[in-house]
Amino acid sequence: MSHDDPALSRLIDQVKNAAAASRTLDIHGGNTKAFYGEPARGDVLDTTPLAGISSYEPTELVVTARCGTRLAELESTLAERGQCLAFEPPRFGAGGTVGGMVAAGLSGPSRAAVGSVRDFVLGASLLNGRGEVLSFGGQVMKNVAGYDVSRLLAGSMGTLGVILEVSLKVLPVAPASATLRFQLDEASAIRRMNEWGGQPWPINASAWWNGMLVIRLRGAFAAVNAAIGRLGGELIEAEVGTQFWQGLRDHSDEFFEHAVDAVKGGATLWRLSLPSTTPPLALHGETLIEWGGAQRWVVTPQSAASLRELVQQAGGHATVFRARDKSAGVFAPLAPALMRIHAELKASFDPAGVFNPGRLYPGL
Amino acid sequence: MNAPSRNDLAPADDRAHRRTQVVAELRAVLPPHALLWHTEDTVPYECDGLTAYRQQPLVVALPETEAQVAAVLKVCHRLEVPVVARGAGTGLSGGALPHHLGVTLSLAKFNRILGIDPLARTARVQCGVRNLAISEAAAAHRLYYAPDPSSQIACTIGGNVAENSGGVHCLKYGLTLHNVMRVRGFLADGKPVEFGSEALDCAGLDLMTVLVGSEGMLAVITEVTVRLIPSPQVARCIMASFDDIRHAGDAVAQVIAAGIIPAGLEMMDKPMTAAVESFVHAGYDLDAAAILLCESDGAPEEVDEEIARMVEVLRASGASGIQVSENEAQRLKFWSGRKNAFPASGRISPDYMCMDSTIPRKRLADILIAIAQMEKKYGLRCVNVFHAGDGNLHPLILFDANDADQLHRCEQFGAEILETSVALGGTITGEHGVGIEKLASMCVQFSPEEREQMMGVKRAFDPKELLNPGKVIPTLHRCAEGGKMHVRGGLLPFADLPRF
Repeated sequence: MSHDDPALSRLIDQVKNAAAASRTLDIHGGNTKAFYGEPARGDVLDTTPLAGISSYEPTELVVTARCGTRLAELESTLAERGQCLAFEPPRFGAGGTVGGMVAAGLSGPSRAAVGSVRDFVLGASLLNGRGEVLSFGGQVMKNVAGYDVSRLLAGSMGTLGVILEVSLKVLPVAPASATLRFQLDEASAIRRMNEWGGQPWPINASAWWNGMLVIRLRGAFAAVNAAIGRLGGELIEAEVGTQFWQGLRDHSDEFFEHAVDAVKGGATLWRLSLPSTTPPLALHGETLIEWGGAQRWVVTPQSAASLRELVQQAGGHATVFRARDKSAGVFAPLAPALMRIHAELKASFDPAGVFNPGRLYPGL
Repeated sequence: MNAPSRNDLAPADDRAHRRTQVVAELRAVLPPHALLWHTEDTVPYECDGLTAYRQQPLVVALPETEAQVAAVLKVCHRLEVPVVARGAGTGLSGGALPHHLGVTLSLAKFNRILGIDPLARTARVQCGVRNLAISEAAAAHRLYYAPDPSSQIACTIGGNVAENSGGVHCLKYGLTLHNVMRVRGFLADGKPVEFGSEALDCAGLDLMTVLVGSEGMLAVITEVTVRLIPSPQVARCIMASFDDIRHAGDAVAQVIAAGIIPAGLEMMDKPMTAAVESFVHAGYDLDAAAILLCESDGAPEEVDEEIARMVEVLRASGASGIQVSENEAQRLKFWSGRKNAFPASGRISPDYMCMDSTIPRKRLADILIAIAQMEKKYGLRCVNVFHAGDGNLHPLILFDANDADQLHRCEQFGAEILETSVALGGTITGEHGVGIEKLASMCVQFSPEEREQMMGVKRAFDPKELLNPGKVIPTLHRCAEGGKMHVRGGLLPFADLPRF
């Protein structure tokens, strides 16, 4: 990316000025994830002018896009060549950008099978708190010298700098897909998903809610057909299946709509990240289980402290995904040694504390 | 690079005095047999797989418990003694090269498999467990650990974490980073730390991304929890011959363009094929300009389907001959030459220098043609193997180091290969060896600001910069071959290991 680019120069100036004036910046792409994380504060730094796909090499399985590129545009460009972002990033609004996708670090229903957004980042360039444009990683999997800073940016919530451009690994769209449904209670469903995970079935996604386990098969025709034959369950009509998974990906599903209503009434939508085999937790509230048991959503009035205690004992962590009252802290507290490393990293990337202060943790 | 410190080159007396001090302190925290400092005892630790670089450590510590590891680190932190962690010492980029005033911290005794959870598909192992040992232990559950670096029968999982090792199957199954869930260990000050989780993510910044591949510079890892995946029911390999390099290069791109992600995709050029055929007698086509090995794994039906698609693509790309393995023995025979590329090269030349660069797949033919021209220009042969799956090229320049002019020409040849890689849109993943400054390499790849930012990352974990400081080899390598490795008289370090 050339420093002559006016959009980039303006961003560099805005960052330098903010640092000099001790002001803070709230990094905005499409602002579709404003609800997520701790509240933002600061002058808006708008990334949308820095947009466009810089390069796309389908035979190299890599696409490089500037941060302000609409995710929708990127995905349709990939689809034209029969490729996709295999980790299915959620789209909470039409204006979501590539930069925001990486910064938020959220992945969709296929994550347990294919990997997270982090796993698909090959390289990135970053505007740090000194107004420096830095590039890390590259355009191939086996290229990195030095530390893998590009992947560190996934999920960093804009606290380390402005992601300017990202190179992402893309994969071919699988030839075949099918959705199967099974009636199972929560404990049986968790066990079943894990058992299947140890067998060579082409299971790409799973969801359990309210006594029903739904799985998506994806892969070669032969593999998907064989699995349909042997796994049993009820085969769901293709279009219905597609709608179902899209609803889970983008949180437009009934479960999430109920959740949003409950949040308006004062409840909290928690995102639990757990070892996949964790048995049903003693939680008061409706649970949606994804990622083979590793991601669980629950709407509950239960106290944050008791819920976090329960989840931590199980080896996981809990995030306040949506709530009016975020006083319990959105992200789970870190061990002191890790918190210290976080503080040092923040100070190194953003010495003046300009970027999205407090969006991840107070003081960061 | 760093301000002069007490750990810079010191006269022999100072070093002896320092050793006495460090030995006295470490003796208090380690059993007697776990501390070595006499030259005859520390010689085996003076290098890793990169034998051209040797350095006696001050002391070698071989702790047996995590408490001892912590204690050693605390002592070193207090005394400001550098610490270089070492697994099996098979690394080819000098990651375990000792520091002349430092402690080599061997983790070799941490070789227990702590537990396998077949339902959760995880294995919790100590850092010194061999990579292949994990898959061997998981086999009973029809699971395995996917990343398969070339030295997997000997290298440790701790070393894999340090190097973010890949392997032939990494295009389909990912690098170490994609297959490790959690690591535990200690920071430079001896405080315990844990990165990652048995869940699929953890709160805060994803520190695993910088920890994996950090070559022992951010923390000392003692325990690793890895992801296990179902063993493929079937694996079949296609061996395709091409009478034109360009067709072979295009075939590689066409396989990917067809939407196929092979389990393995490797290429050998004609001279390399000749070298390996005379070594393993596997029946390679000696007339082929290039041989492609293309593997599919999975359920029987899907492998059949995928092999059929691959064959179609290879044929359409101009393959002059195609064989498909009928059974496991034949599949292994197809791979045997590729695995023996290094020893085979060692038989036909007194020395060779192995390069490591990455190029876009579609430029493979261009670089091989350019290398053929360089052979004439420098009057040296160069045989090539290529991880076609991820664009990682290993030219092996053959020469005789007894002839100073050949050595010189070899280095120039190597430099031109790297420059050409960059010019073709690729990158230099590894660059070390005779006459090349590590700083020059890092300066070529990164700007001063980028290097300073990376130092910031380093200091966030290790403010005193005691873990693996001042390394000769600055770049981190994915492939076990590392950057430029000079092999003398066919005597490869760890000669019995298969090589890719």
